[in-house]
Amino acid sequence: MANIPAPRMKNLQPDDLEDIETCMIECDLLIVGGGNAGCFVAIEAARIDPSLKVIIMEKAEIKRSGACAAGMDAINTYIPAGKTPEDLVRWSRAQVGGGPLREDLALSNARELNEAVHDLERWGLPILRDENGNVRYRGKWDISIHGEQLKPLMAEKAVQSGADVYNRVVGTSLLMHEGRCAGATGLGVRNGKFYIFRAKATVVSTGGAGTLYKSYTADSTDSGAQIWMCPYCVGSGYAMGFREGAELTSLEQRWVATRSKDFCGPIDTISVGYGSPIINARGERIMSRYEHLGGDAAPRYIRANAPMEEWLAGRGPCYCDTTHLTSEDSAAMMRDYLNERPSFVLFLAARGQDVTREPVEIYGSDPYILGGHTGGGYWVDMQRMTTVPGLFAAGETAGGNPNKFVGGCCAEGKLAARGAVAYIKDLALAPLDTARLLREKKRVFAPFLSRREEGIRPVEMKERLQRLMDEYAGGLSQFYRTNEERLDYALRHIAVLQSQFVYLRAKDLHELMQAMETMDRVDVAQAVVHHLKARKETRWAGWQTRTDYPEKNDVDFDCFIETRREPATGIIDTFTRPYKQIIPGDRYTA
Amino acid sequence: MPPKVDIRRCTGCAGRMESCCEEACPGDLMAVHPDTGKAYCRAANECWDCMSCVKNCPAGALETKIPYQIGYYKATLRPIMGKTSITWKCRDIYGKEFSYTCINRTR
Repeated sequence: MANIPAPRMKNLQPDDLEDIETCMIECDLLIVGGGNAGCFVAIEAARIDPSLKVIIMEKAEIKRSGACAAGMDAINTYIPAGKTPEDLVRWSRAQVGGGPLREDLALSNARELNEAVHDLERWGLPILRDENGNVRYRGKWDISIHGEQLKPLMAEKAVQSGADVYNRVVGTSLLMHEGRCAGATGLGVRNGKFYIFRAKATVVSTGGAGTLYKSYTADSTDSGAQIWMCPYCVGSGYAMGFREGAELTSLEQRWVATRSKDFCGPIDTISVGYGSPIINARGERIMSRYEHLGGDAAPRYIRANAPMEEWLAGRGPCYCDTTHLTSEDSAAMMRDYLNERPSFVLFLAARGQDVTREPVEIYGSDPYILGGHTGGGYWVDMQRMTTVPGLFAAGETAGGNPNKFVGGCCAEGKLAARGAVAYIKDLALAPLDTARLLREKKRVFAPFLSRREEGIRPVEMKERLQRLMDEYAGGLSQFYRTNEERLDYALRHIAVLQSQFVYLRAKDLHELMQAMETMDRVDVAQAVVHHLKARKETRWAGWQTRTDYPEKNDVDFDCFIETRREPATGIIDTFTRPYKQIIPGDRYTA
Repeated sequence: MPPKVDIRRCTGCAGRMESCCEEACPGDLMAVHPDTGKAYCRAANECWDCMSCVKNCPAGALETKIPYQIGYYKATLRPIMGKTSITWKCRDIYGKEFSYTCINRTR
């Protein structure tokens, strides 16, 4: 067991592929991505069978990696006494406008949820309780924590579980044998090595995909990554499996949320946690326009879209009205932010803003693909296995099951571990396909080996993609709207980008990692556009808005949109799967 | 925006396999320059402002700044890491100071 530290960056100057060292490592279970879900996969696998050899391939350093790196101020789902897992699924369903969602997955997650939160508390996470020792709820389902150390705590337990953590190794592709996943390859971002991890089962838990769309705060100097979701989760986990034919679901249900304006800070902390209403420029409570849909408790996509509708109608800017707060409330709110997004407090200080006198301005976020928040991700079975045998997904990478958040991603890590451990029973490592590995090694190192030739920097292609997605595939500058013609335009240009991967150049290993990320972004963006094209209706305005099909169409689209890319040709097939209601009752109310 | 490095305080974590800031950064953005022996951020535009590096710096040499395009000159926020708590010292553009302490782990 070891948390294997990375070296300082090596100044390598390789001239051909022979100069690149290859490391081959064998294990029973490979986890790609040691974030929230990935740590729980490792811990649960070791609990089931301590003799298993478990490896975590981690792009950053496990103590501060992924979306929880900065901390967290709440666990957004924890089932209170008197409520049931079925109640939570009913709420989740209503939050996504009645679905479709995978109620089977949601229910199994909900049954596992509270125990996972108890694990975190046992490990040392401060969960706020009242004088009687009861957990302090800030909304219906979310509880307050002081989670500045959330990620270090999870990481410590993952390392203690016996897993070997390969830090600063970024996943590039899956190993395949006769249609099943047999491990993955990785790039050593600091040492420049090519890693081959052979595994009986592989779990991808690389988080979601931020940075596909341009953020409106992206200036040309210093604020290109001032987004809400971790900008280092770029969808690599989706891309690796998609390229091998794994099916993706519901990518068109993008996550868009109301965030603080100019600095993408969380707003639920204020609106839910401190009962602050959303108002427009005239001081009108804008959710009163949506009374028939639940008002302040309307589904999340409606609440996310409402301030943007006010802007469009000429009634912006909009605010979260904090002026009723006392200075004690304000101090408590600052503590919450410091535990999750400390630089938001710095932002307020840089605006000289006292929130008890001046309300917090709000705006929409750039869209994200996040299977822990909305439905986008791999289509998985109850064991969390994707449609590629031996490839499992957990957390943001697993789709169909929205509103997981931190606790649900912990719970799903456990479920995926159980599925994967059962799968590898009596299974041997698959033989290696050396020709394929050589092709992948060439692909990965091509931008580095050709660094002296004229070409494209990874950041240039990233920014081209981000603007394309923003303007044509329903980004924030277009108030999330798109249509068939714009989506076709996006696909044409994405195809050009894919044909120009060969011109990517990387002057060092960091840029080489960025070249991998950019190719992954482009491949995931292509899938996103196919999903947006296929849903010819508007089901979740804001998350998914079609100006050419502005109404909801239950006859044709009360179902899941799926994509599968043919590995040999790269041709993408789009199809549907039926929604199955398991929890009876009205789908639109909790 | 990248953390500002106080080069008088930064030791480059000489003797450590990795410097503390390059270990902490989730985006692989921090490095120590081989010529100067001091930390720097390799891509200002890619920093998430998560402050992981600032928290992990044993020399107190790093400070996160909000880009001017977003927030005005000059506010500061400094974390002081305890064993089971964190204290934040904040100063706004008018010089008003705040301090917040949170228990961040129970063990």
